[in-house]
Amino acid sequence: MATETTSEAAGDDVPADVSEHLAREDRIGLLRAMLMMRGIEERAMTLYRQGKVPGSFYDGYGQEAVSAGPAWAMAAEDRLCILHRDLAAHVVRGVPAARIFGQYMGREGGVTGGRDGNVHFGDRTLGCVGMVSMLPDMMLVATGMAMAFKMRGERRCAITWFGDGSTSRGDFHEAMNWAGVQRLPVIFVLENNQYAYSTPLDKQFAVDPVHRAAAYGFEGVSVDGNDVEAMFEATREARERALDGGGPTLIEAVTMRMHGHAAHDDMKYVPKEQIEQWRRKDPIDRQVRRLEALGVDVEAVRAEVKQTIDAGVEEALNYPMPDPATATDRVFAEQPALLEDGEAPWSGFCDGGSA
Amino acid sequence: MATMTYLQAISDAMRQEMREDERVFVMGEDIGVFGGAFKVTDGFVEEFGEERVMDTPLAESGIIGTAVGASVVGMRPICEMQFADFISCGFDQLVNVAGKMYYRQGLSVNITVRCPSGGGFSGGPFHSQNPEAWFMHSPGLKVVAPSTPEDAKGLLIAAVRDPNPVVYMEHKHLYRRVKADVPEGTYETPFSARLAREGSEMTIVTYGAMVHTALEATEDLDVEILDLRSLVPLDEEAILASVAKTSKVLILDEANETCAAGAQVAALIAERGWEDLDGPVVRLSTPDVPIPFSPPLEQAVLPQVDDVREACRELIAY
Repeated sequence: MATETTSEAAGDDVPADVSEHLAREDRIGLLRAMLMMRGIEERAMTLYRQGKVPGSFYDGYGQEAVSAGPAWAMAAEDRLCILHRDLAAHVVRGVPAARIFGQYMGREGGVTGGRDGNVHFGDRTLGCVGMVSMLPDMMLVATGMAMAFKMRGERRCAITWFGDGSTSRGDFHEAMNWAGVQRLPVIFVLENNQYAYSTPLDKQFAVDPVHRAAAYGFEGVSVDGNDVEAMFEATREARERALDGGGPTLIEAVTMRMHGHAAHDDMKYVPKEQIEQWRRKDPIDRQVRRLEALGVDVEAVRAEVKQTIDAGVEEALNYPMPDPATATDRVFAEQPALLEDGEAPWSGFCDGGSA
Repeated sequence: MATMTYLQAISDAMRQEMREDERVFVMGEDIGVFGGAFKVTDGFVEEFGEERVMDTPLAESGIIGTAVGASVVGMRPICEMQFADFISCGFDQLVNVAGKMYYRQGLSVNITVRCPSGGGFSGGPFHSQNPEAWFMHSPGLKVVAPSTPEDAKGLLIAAVRDPNPVVYMEHKHLYRRVKADVPEGTYETPFSARLAREGSEMTIVTYGAMVHTALEATEDLDVEILDLRSLVPLDEEAILASVAKTSKVLILDEANETCAAGAQVAALIAERGWEDLDGPVVRLSTPDVPIPFSPPLEQAVLPQVDDVREACRELIAY
């Protein structure tokens, strides 16, 4: 059965070092990405309550490490299929805050220009593909990217995120099997956040899906999903394995969805003790303790993030709404428009290679 | 020019594109060593190798989903559904992932999905369908359906080069039954209609195998036959021009009647060709039943040459 165990770095302890591959600036960068995610989402929730964000609003409060860590391990030429509670991955790849707020508000300057809402976006110019609501469809898309990399003999990898509920659908099986059969350079990150909407794990599967990886012929690892450095390290290892021809890896990030499925969901179905237990494992608090022990001025990081977010909101509020006359435009492409490289801030890439 | 069957023309299109363009590869169930259920890729694995002639797991969602992934990083996959009917298992990836990708995020999806479709040979309810209307109703997908070897080759090459998902309906009943001259080398057939025969007393608007049914049924009649070739985009001007010329129209579908391609054509004519009509818009199609297995039952539901001839005589006399 899936667990709620973490490395138990709760309370005031400084979490253990789990990666030898993170420089001081990386560890700050990981915190910054998580702070950006939390700050953007908190501000977007305010905008939602003010009626400036149409539809509903989905966030990843408490799960920031699940996207920040793996995205940090990805090279510019790698490709990402990002899920709805993974905003930090977009931040790491270089999507500016204003374009994210514009996205939430359905503005012209949002990543999809108002064509799709909330977290359904991916900036193709940064190597990212936006999700669809049918989960986990993007597992197959990531598998196909990896298939192309292998066919062309390229040292690149694809990564995708999906939730515990997704493991019940057929596309999970088709992607896991396909990637296993062809030994493809793809990383599957399973965000086990304990609930699929209101459905708990014991109604979702009889066996923790991390164990299924073995049945498909590749490795499955269970990782403390609230430890951003542990998530980075597991992904770095998976990527190395993928580039060396070792095939896919399933990384189960054990975490907790601390808010409702979306803004309307009061999550009455979640026991209060469960929330309290996980609150003590907050991924941002834990990274802050790490950095404070290193003597980093965390308040300065927070101040810079707040300033960036403030400026982003202001810019986005000035974006016009899309022109209704364009609603039927651009159904078909006239010219190819493919994925391009994104930002890859990990210091391990400084030599320009796939570190 | 070389004389080829419809099936050989499809093979030739893929072979030529694969020779010219490293990005093009084919993927599907049993298409490699076996050469495909209908032998469309016979000999391909010997020429292009197992990576570019990919035997996939039995997973239609997987075939279409991974093709999308390969395409957004620069490949041009051609997917084979073993039968068009099986595309229902890959529907979600095609409709929700591929079809909406460009509109949502400006990312083009250059995939071609080949669908051996149609009935007439006791394939039964799961090997005889014409599911093109499902995809006409799904924004972002192009849908083409050739009736001749020349168009089978040219439309497939155009589909492979198109930066959008294209559903390519190839009618199984035409595979070895239709043979004609096909230009050598590569060429693109436009996604527009063509006149299969000129005539003046009435028009039949149709596509795919029904083009041949229409030709046979009207050998001794002065009937214009418009072969749509492409359903999305639909060549509205060609349809309206022919209706304006003959003033009478029969719309012939092999697909199930409700919301078939022909229903869209009928709606178009009612809306924009009304003034040109000199008789009712007549439709002939398969009733809304699964395609039955036994020959007398199957023939009772699929439009037959005699049905078309009778409908034409009635309309001409109107």
